[in-house]
Formats: sequence, C-alpha cells, structure tokens
Amino acid sequence: MMVDIQKIEQLATNRAAEEEVQGRSLFADARRRFLKNKAALISLILLFGVLLFSTFGHLIAPWSNEEIDWGILGRVAELGAPGIENGHYFGADQMGRDLFARVVQGTQISLMVGIVGALIAVLVGTLYGAIAGYAGGKLDNIMMRIVDILQSIPYMFVLILLLVVFGRSIFMLFVGIGLISWLDMSRIARGQTLSLKNKEFVEAAVATGVKPITIVLRHIVPNLLGIVVVYSTLLVPQMILTESFISFLGLGVQEPYTSWGALISEGAGTMQYGTLWQLAFPMFFFIITLFSFFFIGDGLRDALDPKDR
Amino acid sequence: MKFSKSALLGSVVGVALLSTSAFAAGVHPETGEKLADDQTFTYRILDEHSSFDPQINEDVSGASMARNLFEGLYNQDNLGNLVPGVALSHTVSDDRQTYTFKLRDNAKWSDGNPVTAGDFVYAWRRLASPELASPYQWYAALMSVKNADEIIKGEMKPEELGIKAIDDHTLEVQLTRPLPYFTAMTTHSSTFPSPEWAIEAHGSEWTRPENIVSNGAYKLAKSVPQEISVLERNTQYWDNENTIIDKVEVLVINDENVALTRYLAGEMDLTDAPAGQFPRLQKEYPDQAVVFPRLCSYYYTFNQRPSGPEEFKDVRVRKALSYALDRRVITDAVLQAGQFPAYTFTPAVTAGFEVPKVDFSGWSQRERDAKAKELLKAAGFTKDNPLEFDLVYNTDEGHKKVAIAMTQMWKQKLDVKVNMSNMEWKTFLNERKNGNFELARGAWCGDYNEASTFLDLMETESGYNDGKFSNAEVDQLLSEAKSMINPQPNYTRIEEIMANEMPVIPIYHYTEDYMMNPRLKNWPIKNAEQNWYAKNLYKVAK
Amino acid sequence: MLSYILRRVAIAVPTLLLLVVISFLLMHAAPGGPFTSERPLPPAVLANIEAKYGLNNPIYVQIINYIGGIITHFDFGPSFKYKDQSVNDIIAHGFPVTLTYGFLSFLVAVIVGGALGIAAALKQNSWLDYFAVGVSIGAQVLPNFVMAPILVLVFTLWLGWLPGGGWNGGQWNYLILPIIALSTSYMASVARLTRSSMLEVLHTNFIRTAMAKGLPYRVIIFKHALKPALLPIMSYLGPAFVSMITGSVIIDLYFSTGGIGQFYVNSALNRDYAVMMGITILIGGLTILFNLIVDVLYAWIDPKIRY
Repeated sequence: MMVDIQKIEQLATNRAAEEEVQGRSLFADARRRFLKNKAALISLILLFGVLLFSTFGHLIAPWSNEEIDWGILGRVAELGAPGIENGHYFGADQMGRDLFARVVQGTQISLMVGIVGALIAVLVGTLYGAIAGYAGGKLDNIMMRIVDILQSIPYMFVLILLLVVFGRSIFMLFVGIGLISWLDMSRIARGQTLSLKNKEFVEAAVATGVKPITIVLRHIVPNLLGIVVVYSTLLVPQMILTESFISFLGLGVQEPYTSWGALISEGAGTMQYGTLWQLAFPMFFFIITLFSFFFIGDGLRDALDPKDR
Repeated sequence: MKFSKSALLGSVVGVALLSTSAFAAGVHPETGEKLADDQTFTYRILDEHSSFDPQINEDVSGASMARNLFEGLYNQDNLGNLVPGVALSHTVSDDRQTYTFKLRDNAKWSDGNPVTAGDFVYAWRRLASPELASPYQWYAALMSVKNADEIIKGEMKPEELGIKAIDDHTLEVQLTRPLPYFTAMTTHSSTFPSPEWAIEAHGSEWTRPENIVSNGAYKLAKSVPQEISVLERNTQYWDNENTIIDKVEVLVINDENVALTRYLAGEMDLTDAPAGQFPRLQKEYPDQAVVFPRLCSYYYTFNQRPSGPEEFKDVRVRKALSYALDRRVITDAVLQAGQFPAYTFTPAVTAGFEVPKVDFSGWSQRERDAKAKELLKAAGFTKDNPLEFDLVYNTDEGHKKVAIAMTQMWKQKLDVKVNMSNMEWKTFLNERKNGNFELARGAWCGDYNEASTFLDLMETESGYNDGKFSNAEVDQLLSEAKSMINPQPNYTRIEEIMANEMPVIPIYHYTEDYMMNPRLKNWPIKNAEQNWYAKNLYKVAK
Repeated sequence: MLSYILRRVAIAVPTLLLLVVISFLLMHAAPGGPFTSERPLPPAVLANIEAKYGLNNPIYVQIINYIGGIITHFDFGPSFKYKDQSVNDIIAHGFPVTLTYGFLSFLVAVIVGGALGIAAALKQNSWLDYFAVGVSIGAQVLPNFVMAPILVLVFTLWLGWLPGGGWNGGQWNYLILPIIALSTSYMASVARLTRSSMLEVLHTNFIRTAMAKGLPYRVIIFKHALKPALLPIMSYLGPAFVSMITGSVIIDLYFSTGGIGQFYVNSALNRDYAVMMGITILIGGLTILFNLIVDVLYAWIDPKIRY
C-alpha cells in the first residue's frame, strides 16, 4: 500500500504553472478529461453503488446485524449458505447472524473510518503544511523537523500502543489513524504553499494588511484544494487497509458492530470449513471499493494534470 | 570440560543400551503392539513458554516442558494418582508436620551426576528466595513449608527453609501445619530439583541447550524462541530403558486454524481443535478428535461492591439474568465440544465432589425463562424501562461467541440492553481487579483436584473474588470444611446458597478437545489436571 | 552534502531519545503491568519481583537507568515474560530472521515488480499491460492475513510441496511462503509505480529524439529511459525497505518464523516493557537511517536536488 507522493508533487507544480496561463477554464477541462476516463467513471459508479448499499441496505435485510438465527446456529456450514428463502442473502456468519446485514453495517464503519481518518489527516496536514510554508524561516524549519521526527516513529507500533494504552473505541481508532497519517500531506501542502506565497493575490492581501492566519485560511488553503482531493482518494484506501489490520489483531470495533477488516479476518479463519461465503462477500465489497478509490485517484490526478493530455 | 566429556560418554552408553533394549524388536513390551520406527512426538503450543527453569516457569506449556526435562519427588499416572519419581516412598511424623522422603539411588542428572536430596534442598530454597523472585514463590508458602512466608518477606534467610538433606538419599520437609495433600503438591514443576553446579557456572544462561543439566527422561537439544524446542532422550535417566518416545518437538503456532491445517498436513501429532469446529472434525476424523472433561469452570461475575451498579444489588435481577441463559444452546450450538452446562460453580469431575441438586438446574428452560421474566418485572424492569448494563470479556474468539449468544438471549427474552466490550488480557485483569466493571467474564481452573479450590473464590477475603461477594455463612462453612473429614455437606450448602444469591452466573464446565494422531498411544485422557509425561507415550506402526 | 548528512545524523540522536521517553511513558501508562495475572501475586512476592527488576523506583529513575544501561554496556534489559532471554538475545535471534525474509522479499518485489512495470509500460494498452495492472491492483488490495492462510492451505495441505511454517535456520523451502506472502503487495506497488514513471519518461522529448535518431530500442530503454524512471521509485523503496526488514507481525504469526514482529506485538500485550522498548528503538533507528540513505542516494542520482 502506498501513496504516490512524487507524482502528486509533480502534479502540484504542473498545476501551479498552468493556472497562471489558463485561469478559470481549468476545472471545466479537468471534468471533461475525467469523464473521458472510462475506468475512473466506472469506479465512480461502483463506489456510488457501495455507498447506496451501505446507506439503504438495511432496509431490504430481513434480519438485523446482531440478531442470531437460532435455527441455524451451530450448523452454519449446512444451513447458513446464501439463499433467498431463508432471508440470508449473503448467508450467515459463524454465530448464525445475517451476513448481509453485517456487511451493510461493516461497510458503514469501514467507509467512515476511511473517510474520517483521511479527513483528519488532510485537515491537519494541510493546515500544518500551509502554516509552515507561509511562515517560512525558523518556524518552518522547526515545524518540518518535527515532521521528520514523527516520521521516524514506527507507525503501526505506535498505533498498537495507543490502542492498548487508551482502551478501545471507534473514536480513538479514527483519531489514532488520522493523527499518524498527516505527515506526508503536510510536506505536499508546504511545498505547494511555498510557490503560492509569491503570487500577486497573496502579495496584494499582505499589502492591504490582512492578518497572516486569514491569508492562510482564505487564500492559501483554497488553492491547495485540487491536490488535497487527489491525495484524499488515495489516502482513504490506506485507512481502510490499516483498519483491517487492526481488526485482524483483535483491537478493532466492538461487538455487535463489525467492519470489513473484522469480517474478512473471521472469514479467512474459517475458509477451509465449508463457509467460504463468509470470506467472499466482505472481500468483494472491500476489493471493489479499494479498486474504485485507486482508479478515481488516478483519474483525478491525470485529469487535473494539464501536462498529460 | 568435565561435563561435555561425560555427556559424550553418556550418549555412547545410551546407544549401546538402546540397541540391546526390547524396542530393537519394535514391539511394545507390555501390550505387544508393533511400534513405529520414528518415535518423535510433535505438538503445538500457542505461545513461547516463559522459561525452562522449573523454579521460574509460570505457564502451563512450560510446566509440561519441565515435567519432561526434570523429575520431582512424585509423578502422576494416567489417572492422576501419585507414582514414584525421584522419591520411592515417604513417612509422615505423628504430628503430620514432618515428611521424610526416601530417594532412589539410581537417579542421575544428564551429565552423570547423581540426583541427591541436596538438589531438592537447593531448588526449594531457590524457589522461596526473594533474590530469584520467582512468580511462583508463593507456592512454597502454599505448601506450608516451615519459614517459607518469612523468607518471602525477607525476614529470614532462604537457608532457614524447613527442608534438609539427612543424607544423599533422605529428604526431610517440615510443615507449619498438617496438609493432607502435601505429597500431591510435589508433582508441581516448581518443586523439581535443580543442578546447583550448572546454575552457579552459567548464571541465568543455564537453561540454554548447551548449558542445561536435567534429571528427567529428556534433555534439551534445541530451543529457537517462538519457533521450536526439541527435547531428546536423556540416556542417563534411570528409567531410560522403558522410555519409548525418542524425541519431543514443541512447535509454537499462534493461529489455531493454521495449526490445524499443518496438523492435517502431517506436521504434528497433537493440536487443539479450533472453537466450533469439533463436531465437523469428529465426523470427518472420528479416530483423531478427542474430547475429555477438564477441571475448569466458566462464569460471569456480578460486581457487588458498594461502587458497583445498583441493579445488581437486587437478587431478582441477578437470578433473572442467570435463569434466562439457555446453557444448552451455548454448549451444544456455540461451543460444540461436549462442554457441560453449569448450574453449580464446581465441576462434576472434581474428585470426591457430588453435584448438589440446586433448584433451577431441575427446571426446563421454558420454566426458567418464565421465572426470569417474572423476577425482572418484579424488580421494576419492563420493555419501556429496560435493564441496561455493560459486559466485559477478554479478547478471544470463543469468549466473543459466548458473549454474543448471551447478549442476544437476554435481549430477545427479557428486553435487556447489554453493551459488550472486549479488552486485551492485561487491561481486562486490571479493570476487573479494581472493580471497574458491571458484569465480567471469569474462569477458574482447579489448582488441585478438590472442591475447595473452586468454592474458596466465594470467600469474602479471597484475592480472586473480584465481584466482592460476601456471605457470612459461606465464610463459616468454608473455614469449617478445611478440617472436616467429609466436607461434602458444607460444599452442598454453599452451592445452594450460591444458587439462591447468584453472585456469579455459572455457564459451563470445560472440556479439552484435541486432534490427536491415532498412532500416538497412552495419552492420559483421564488425568483431570492433564499432567502428561512424554516418557509414558508411544507411537505404534501403521 | 556532507554538512547535510551531519545535520541529519545530529537530529537522529535527540529523535531517538524522544522516542525512548515517549514510548517508555506510554507503556507504563498502560493499564496492568508485566506481573498482572489472573491469580494476583501476594504483595510480598510482587514486591520481590519489582525489586529485582527495579520497577519499584520512580519512573524517571527507571528511564535514566534504562538509557544508562544502553549507553554504558549496550544492555537493553531483561524480558519479563520470556525469562530465559534478555532483550539483546531476542533481538539477536529475531532480527536476522526478519532481515532475511524481509530482504529477500524486497528483492523479489523490486525485480518482479520492476520487470512487470517496465513490460507493461513498453506495451501500453496491450493484454500484457492490462494483465499487469490488474494483477498489481489485485495484489495490493488482498490483505496478507487472507493470503497467508490461503498459501498454507494450497501449498502445504493440498499440494504438500512446502512446510506450512517454522524457520529451520532459514532453509530455502521454509522461506518461500513467507516471502510470497510478504512481497506481493510491495511488488504490486513497485509495478504500478514503475509503469507510470516509465510511461512518463517514454513520452519526454529526449527519448523521442533518441527514437528519431534510430538508436536501437534496447539501448534507448536501458541506457536512457531507465535511470530517470527509477527516480520516483527510489523514494518509495526507502520506507518500503524499512517496513519489510523490520518485520511483519502477520508473517511471524502465521508462519512461526520467530521474527521480531511477533515479539513486538506480544511485548505490547504482555507489558514486557524492555522488549517493547528495545524493538521500538531498533525500528526507529533503522527508519531514520534508511530515510537518510534514500535522501542521499536521491541527491546523488539527481544532481538538480540541492540541500
């Protein structure tokens, strides 16, 4: 799992160059290019489908995500297979609970972890980078050295430690993952800010006596938006994968709630026992979502990069 | 250098002995079964054991290892009865506080030195000494050896412990009070002898394969942390001639499903059956799936401290929750490995214990459910004013399944809302001990095979009574039972009080379920404590 | 350049120190201690044990003693759980294992992933390209805790070709499954990166000029295109290398390799303070080192970059 920082930085410089010449029509152009990218378009539709599934799926499920079907408990391999007549469209999990309802609910959690985690990372990273870049000088130096230091701390290990120390909650999960993922974003944002700093509209704002923090929030941050969007689409899958690893360690969400990671690791544990559907369905949603985010990210990057026509 | 030379000599003698022994013919001397050529026994453990040092080890897997590497005063046979180990016999003084053990004169360490009474004296002093700071230090005090408490507290020197060598083959132990099961306690690995000369020479590194000296049927040949330990025949062992298994391999495999896959691929002879898979395995491999009762009880405990939830101070609520649990469903549909539904705290397999008929054990589940609804209603909880509480368990697939089933039973039958949360082991223990819980999982395995090991948990001052249940009559009955010849009436009464007060919800009594190579013979299935000795096992030919 | 390296090294020391202190405090703040057990130890016994390991001292004394022990005789302390071993023993045994399968996985990822990426770029929009892209994205989203049990099932139980776990001193047949499981997702990343960066280079003017001049294709690819195409991959490989050689918890769990990944997770759960600290320092140090190496290499390959 990786996010291609190099390409994003490049995109940032290309765009900065472009904006001076072309101005307004850029986003219209980008949209046209994006819509021409079939893989990205299909991904967008798929992702929308997953979103609909997670939002409205529970309406068509005859079972809730926590109800045990006592009739099949203990004989899931024989009686819990996917079917319409028993009401378990995706079959049942090891505890006789409806897998359809659980996948719906797990999708909600996983998407939420992905999006909230990415949001925190992007928010903190963008602001941090923008402030460092705009301030420059000593403050910039100190702030970026702090990023260096944080980057040398083993990421996954700190996360495990945090979860052990502060107990377990979904909230901590989001915050924990978000808080250790903003470092790359801050570097990108800073680089971008450095080049924006010398633009006329910023200099104009400085000349009219606007406060530095207002300049950062009003003029710098909005101009970072394109790059932030691209980076986010690549960060979301990373968050989802991280969550799945934490769930695998048994440190994830609490029962009766579940997530893709928890469902997949349960399914993987029992796959040789004749209940393959327990792995297949969550895996399917997991994979198409991750695929979609990758293709959308690639598509956005290509669409927003004026160099690639 | 002296050691390595004699070890070399030992192995030469061993080869010579082996080639002339009865097994050369490949037939078991007693049963006449044809033995397999390869007598390697391989089994799986979940995690690396804590130490090879018998006085320092603190886990079950390490204790098994110690029983194969070392030999104490007495061993257990396949039924759990005492049989001679290094000690041949013992006498007890009239006040029942002095034990004199007669040690065999042919016991030898793996380096050829004789095993003497002094080795036991050294080991027991070591066990009690604050300097070694063994986590099993308290075991010396539990055995009631004279001055053990004072030595642990640092008030006396380890040399003052009530154990001495009369001569090389006579060992005398003084106790502070008569203790009927004292000799049974000498099968515990922390009482095994240790080689002073090796420990002096190598310090904390004496348990390395190249340094270790042991007096059991096996010696340590290889140890790779978190991967494998290999034990090989100790040719100096006094009963080496009758030992059939040549080599014991212990594999550390963390994931039970991967362990099963590797077992099925023929990589080992023994592994645990993964939770919930036992019926399927039993159907597919009827000769390999083995199940037998264990001396353990699974329960949930109500927090009864003053700081605990008000709801649980009402006995009607406690009873309602207990009655509404369909234990048959938990044992037969969730766990599925022949566990026994529990209505009393003490398991039925406990030696000399007769399971009392407590009221709700005789009812049908329908009757229990009706009673539960009635009680909860009387306590003032209805659908509109539901009972709500937190339930904690430690992170584990099996515990999770039980908790899910319980929660759903309560929700569907009684409209009770339960918030489940799991915690990793150390956090869980810490919270439970400090009383930061409402309803918490608990499990207890007997330290010895007698009902008091379970019922003592209900004593007001017990360090293991995390729910802080307190009942003067129970305390009284327990203290009386200690000096009674037949304490069963007291135990029956205590179980009845528990059924009435419901301080804990007994759920089931454990079984052990293994997948075991059908060619591996003589596993002590009937030994409730599961103290097994590799020297008693053997593998038959196909 | 040299002053840049010196500056970075100078920063590494306080970074590590900070890491030690933060980890130490966090670990001690965790509920329960190394000797919390289901059967609580009698106070006298607990006191003896704490005295033996110095856990009865105030926390700042413990930190100073710990750091002092490392500096004066490179002693990272004892393991509270695996009492036959010190932290030095555990790392001395576990790290070579992790390093072996990590490094080999790295080689596999780079060679296979690189070849796949270059091939896909040269035959853009062919079946080979689609295949490479499909495989690499597929491999990237398949978590290795799903892949590991599948590998054991197929190669150990069904085919019976390879042992399902263990290390056996690093014998080749014990290495194959862990390496496949670990390298796949990295291989996929390398393939995707190589493809996109190669494509970019192939579209630049100097390659077009070279083509127009009629230079042999082979020469163009290997002499002119490859080096600039490798640049963006470099910055990915540094962190990837560190995360591969510092071990994978999942590989250790499933394949019982005995690497430090499993020791780390166990130490956090067992509150085995010293083991956890030791491995954190090891990994933190390696991360700093390899980040530095990558930056230096980067500057060396691309002289435009100045520090």
